[in-house]
Amino acid sequence: MAILLEYLFNGALLGVIYALVAVGFTLFFGVLDVIKFSHGDVLTLGAYSGLGAFIILQFLGLDIPFVGLVIVLAAAILVTGLAGIVIGQFFVVPMRGSPAFNILLMTLMIGTAIHESIRLFVPNGANPKAFPALLPRTPIDVGGAYLRLDSLLLLVLGIVVIVVTNWIVRHTKLGLAIRAVAQDGDTAQIMGIPFRRIVLATFALGSMLAGIAGVMNGIYYSEINFNVGVLLGVIGFSAAVVGGLGSIWGAIIGGFSFAALQTVWVLFFPELSGYRDVFAFATIIVLMTIWPTGIIAERYSERV
Amino acid sequence: MPARKLIASSAIALVSIVLAAIIVVSEEQWVIAAALVGALALSFGIAKTSAGQDFAALLQNSGPWIALLIPAGTLAIGLAFHEEHFALMMLATVLIYSLACIGLNIQFGYAGVINFAGAAFFGVGGYTAAVLGNTGLPSLLILLAGGLVAAAIGCILILPVLRTKGHYAALITIAFVLLFRSFLEVNHTLGGPQGLRVEGATIAGQELFMGIEIGSFEASFYLNYVLLALVLLTIFFLLARFLEKSWIGINLDSVREDPIGAAVFGVNVAYWRIVSFVLGNVLIGIAGATFAMMQNFIAPSNFTFQQSLLMLAIIVLGGIGNLWAVIPAAILVVVVPEKLQAISEYRILVFAILVVLVLRFRPNGLFPRPMRHFRREVGQ
Repeated sequence: MAILLEYLFNGALLGVIYALVAVGFTLFFGVLDVIKFSHGDVLTLGAYSGLGAFIILQFLGLDIPFVGLVIVLAAAILVTGLAGIVIGQFFVVPMRGSPAFNILLMTLMIGTAIHESIRLFVPNGANPKAFPALLPRTPIDVGGAYLRLDSLLLLVLGIVVIVVTNWIVRHTKLGLAIRAVAQDGDTAQIMGIPFRRIVLATFALGSMLAGIAGVMNGIYYSEINFNVGVLLGVIGFSAAVVGGLGSIWGAIIGGFSFAALQTVWVLFFPELSGYRDVFAFATIIVLMTIWPTGIIAERYSERV
Repeated sequence: MPARKLIASSAIALVSIVLAAIIVVSEEQWVIAAALVGALALSFGIAKTSAGQDFAALLQNSGPWIALLIPAGTLAIGLAFHEEHFALMMLATVLIYSLACIGLNIQFGYAGVINFAGAAFFGVGGYTAAVLGNTGLPSLLILLAGGLVAAAIGCILILPVLRTKGHYAALITIAFVLLFRSFLEVNHTLGGPQGLRVEGATIAGQELFMGIEIGSFEASFYLNYVLLALVLLTIFFLLARFLEKSWIGINLDSVREDPIGAAVFGVNVAYWRIVSFVLGNVLIGIAGATFAMMQNFIAPSNFTFQQSLLMLAIIVLGGIGNLWAVIPAAILVVVVPEKLQAISEYRILVFAILVVLVLRFRPNGLFPRPMRHFRREVGQ
């Protein structure tokens, strides 16, 4: 029972991280109908800028637990938000009319350029870096199961961020504009919504989520490397697609489902734990065969 | 075609082959850099000048004999540098990747079926060669088996690929290539992360591991693989060209451009998508088996998502659907990063930026596929 609780808890934490990445993908797809594959590497960028901020704080002697976390998160959000705007402004928006595949390949290559730059230009960048423990690691005893306090706080943080994002998209003026652009860009423009600014705001918002996910991932594993975003990006993309592109709830469901698939496999076949990604991706292919446009299907059918 | 145009086109072909030879063979950084600049100028020349247009039209519209340019150019380079191991290995790799990318072109360029799992099917071919290598089967049969096994495994994906569209279809093959890689990493019967040794090819009693020796002519054994890959590439290049120019090619084009319109005119969209997907995987699998035999060794790290992207980068940079463009693009993607030793640390970064710039400013690739001349092709 206690072990089950630990598995459930770790699965939930992974699910939150995946969901944060997936929500970014779904936001980008919503406003521009593009897949921005550099998302995973923007996450890496966020994690490294968080680390950089921490090193500066340490140098200034200001590494107090919670203040440190806030500043690290702020640095990650700032850098990833800017990265999102730059990529959107100079590469994605001007390419709006070209084939979807070109944009996909181009953003993938931008992502490659980002993580290669990190590998080359961060001192000793090819090796994994220790990520600071910004939250207390105290173990908590819950009915015989030991959960780490920092993981619990991360889970809460992730859920809060997702709720806030959902609130922004559903209940603010910016969110209304984002949803209008997602539904029909041209009509939204006629209604006086500044198209480009809203698209860039969406890119910034989605990328900030990746920055937060990067810092969370770093704290959870206590380590980051330049390649961390590649797999996380693909997993986030899978989660967003399985959930149904363009739907925030779909992305959240997709993220938790992917984590659940991995966790369930390890729980039932601990000696075959290496096969968990094989199982998760195979299940995704099956799910896509059953629901070709994701679990929460897009509401607007294709026009001939 | 008037003699003047023929001479101009031959000159362009000759310059292209010489530039390719310099890039493949030379070790001097500045020579390679100069050749690259020359190649860039040539690609602009072909796109912008009328002589270049004539050359492109000649490649596209003349009879099958034009494919002889490939063996002619390769043999010229291969025989001239028959002792250079590294250069010949690069040449063979270019030919093998061109073969695989012709497969991808049939899938993506003709029928519009996106395949991000190119590296996975390449790997299926390679692992088939590794497993069958010790059974004593003839090597050519093993190569064919590599293609067939790749196609058979690809059949698992047919249903999901047919049911999904656009980005959703992209996910299917992306998931498959990741699944394939992590499966190989943990599967110990297939060697795990260390990989497997592959038996070299033996054709007509001649072990390809031994270099050809005729009198004073002693060639590197890589020349054998250059010849093997060259024969395969020429055969499949011709087949793909016939396919493109036949009514099958027209069906595939219609399926890609407008599936709904094609269906309205009685084209069986699902059927042609399946045909192109299976056929493309056969080519990729054969290429993978050849590659494995040449390398004598394969490991999961050869078959990553990044490798798939490199293959797709070849067809996108060349010009989607243009068979000829595959070869210069393969040289650009396969050889140039290996050659630019001065920037070896930065080569992936430079390469990524290069692809981004081409996509941003030349979205149709360096050599866009020319428009089909339907009247000429059906002989009306």
